[in-house]
Amino acid sequence: MNKSELIETLAKSENLALKKAEEVVNTVFGDMEKALIRGERVEIRGFGSFKVKKYDGYQGRNPKTGDIINVASKKLPFFKVGKELKDRVDI
Amino acid sequence: MTLIKEHLVRSTYDNVGLSKSKSSEAVERVFEIMRDTLASGEDVLISGFGKFCVKEKSERRGRNPATGHDMVLGARRVVTFRCSPVLRNKILDDDEATF
Repeated sequence: MNKSELIETLAKSENLALKKAEEVVNTVFGDMEKALIRGERVEIRGFGSFKVKKYDGYQGRNPKTGDIINVASKKLPFFKVGKELKDRVDI
Repeated sequence: MTLIKEHLVRSTYDNVGLSKSKSSEAVERVFEIMRDTLASGEDVLISGFGKFCVKEKSERRGRNPATGHDMVLGARRVVTFRCSPVLRNKILDDDEATF
């Protein structure tokens, strides 16, 4: 399922105009995105939570050549599956 | 601060112009649709945000770390999230000062 299918399904089940459904979906993911960019946690009960994890930079080696390289620090978002979703997916 | 569903509902009410109860219902439905889809074994791809994938894990031998006993962990189905490169770069480019 992609975003436009999600929008269509939402429009049908909530009896919304397609445009309104699109705005709802864009608001939901737009707000979650903005929170993550600010470094905040997102917690959706029954679905899951998102958190940005920070990794320190370190000095590594290119395994092929043995050259020392600096690996920059990075931030990556992590998703933890909520209990209800976890239970429903696992069969 | 943690972003929760209530914030998404208020934002939907402010930006989309639906009633309070309709906004609440619609936001709840978005996650319900994604849960249903994932439960049916289908992935959900939100372009620009990321992809929620259903992965089949096969049975494997594990060990109870507390007792050290060998045990068999059964096959199961889990959800994983792969962040979109677009979102990853936005998070990465943001000022370090937020941490």
